[in-house]
Amino acid sequence: MAELTLNHYLILSGVLFSIGVIGVLTRRNVIVVYMCIELMFNAANLMIIAFSNSLGDMTGHVFVFMVMAVAAAEAAVGLAIIIALYRNKKTVDVDEVNLLKG
Amino acid sequence: MDIVIPSISFSAIMPELVLLAVGILILLLDVFSEKHSGKLAYIAVGGVATALFFAMTPITDPSTTFAGLYSADRFTQFFKVIFLIGTGLTLLISEKYAKENNINHGEYYSLILFATVGMMFMAGGADLITIFMGVELMSICLYILAGYTRARMASNEASMKYFLLGAFASGFLLYGMGLIYGITGQTKLVKIAGAISANSDNMMVLVIGAGLMIVGFAFKLAAVPFHQWTPDVYQGAPIPVTAFMSSGPKAAALAAILRVLVEAMNFIQVDWIMWVSVLAIMTMTVGNIAALVQSDIKRMLAFSSISHAGYALVGVSAATSDGVSAVMFYMLVYTFMNIAAFGILALVAKANEQNTSIDAFKGLFRTNPVLAAVMTIMLFSLAGIPPMGGFMAKFYIFMSAVNAGHLGLVLVAVINSAIGAYYYIKVIVAIYFQENPEKPEPVKAGPSLVFALLVSVIAVFVLGLMPDCYLTIAGKALLPF
Repeated sequence: MAELTLNHYLILSGVLFSIGVIGVLTRRNVIVVYMCIELMFNAANLMIIAFSNSLGDMTGHVFVFMVMAVAAAEAAVGLAIIIALYRNKKTVDVDEVNLLKG
Repeated sequence: MDIVIPSISFSAIMPELVLLAVGILILLLDVFSEKHSGKLAYIAVGGVATALFFAMTPITDPSTTFAGLYSADRFTQFFKVIFLIGTGLTLLISEKYAKENNINHGEYYSLILFATVGMMFMAGGADLITIFMGVELMSICLYILAGYTRARMASNEASMKYFLLGAFASGFLLYGMGLIYGITGQTKLVKIAGAISANSDNMMVLVIGAGLMIVGFAFKLAAVPFHQWTPDVYQGAPIPVTAFMSSGPKAAALAAILRVLVEAMNFIQVDWIMWVSVLAIMTMTVGNIAALVQSDIKRMLAFSSISHAGYALVGVSAATSDGVSAVMFYMLVYTFMNIAAFGILALVAKANEQNTSIDAFKGLFRTNPVLAAVMTIMLFSLAGIPPMGGFMAKFYIFMSAVNAGHLGLVLVAVINSAIGAYYYIKVIVAIYFQENPEKPEPVKAGPSLVFALLVSVIAVFVLGLMPDCYLTIAGKALLPF
């Protein structure tokens, strides 16, 4: 078994980020879109931690903790927004939320 | 092991601390004391005025504080003043609107103040982490504010679209920051530049990282092609919030872009000048052409704010100290004229935003001649007609770009401002020369709105007639190129 190196983590992070971006662009359910955005955040977190570990530098760890706190706050706000939308519209499909156009 | 206590200067973040304290005070007052609910807006304005006092205290020796996370320099200060003016005017135009639309809660004012704190950290951040936290603090508050009138479907929709696309953009920003951290091993902007000049391996990855960060900021700035959320969000959000979103956060995104590009990305200056020029051309052109066909004023002003971001980017792409001070002056003028125009719209559209189309302005000259005159001044200024501030701001931007040798870019910008004049004048025609068949009653402005409009009118003329002294202040506030 070969050992896990920095490159493995970077490739995994790149793949996760791409899945996230493609998901945001193609999926229509707001909750799934939001999950894909979280995937992008966590791909970045994984990359920063891998770099931090290979550089032997703690700044990256601190950065990731900050990002996790921010992502939690964002999740709270985001889910509240989605619930407010659902109460008015009874749907969470992005394509059906189309009042504003032009 | 020695523990070194980093130098901490609370006086550098005094405006932020004041706003945070006032924001929390407003939340508590709203919960514990019913009788203060009418005064919350004024308490918030008082907080902003106090913060403005601290932000204007001159800094003698620019330095970084909090272990190099925050730069206390004049660049930060100048942008802080812009944000605080924007916030103050927004609170003043919110007061009547909030009562009429039943959103006069403590949270509304607190969120505006907290978002302003986020903007200040974006402008002052000397470290990728600080900048990211600033961006997120500002954005999360704005997501909620956009959906604040939560019974209105349009407001819900605006909030959701802003949230999804804003978080998407933050993902790009974070990934770009991660790549730059990984290659250089540094998160402080100055040290990033140092690490790159010492060792320029992996240039490709650095360029990708810088590109992703610019994409993230361009989303917040609403630069084309990352602007798709802007018209919908600006149209759906409550009018004072739209006024707030279209001035402060744009200035904050510009401040962060400038700081990152100038302090950390000087190694790819040739590349980023080209990227920013392309962004500027697309932003101006798309913003202006789309604004031509709008019949809803909120949406028209949304596209107009996109095109104004484009003019500001022309100044950024000049990449000279003249260009940067012109951008700072532009954002100062833009804050006044943009928020005042939205303030009048909030009044004319009546409670619950019944009518935000151009028709609402028909015959305004007959019912409210003074209000019509103020709106005319603001629209002329937005269009860039002398002697208003908007003209001088555009003039300095274009001149700095010409001096930097971007003649083609300036040509596009001048053609664009000619196109832009058309849709502003369309509103003026409605105000003066068209009859409103419904014969509406004159609208009545509250004292806070009158004060906000008075300040804006004076500022637009002062900045237009005597721009030199403000440009000198902006010029002293520059980052070293």
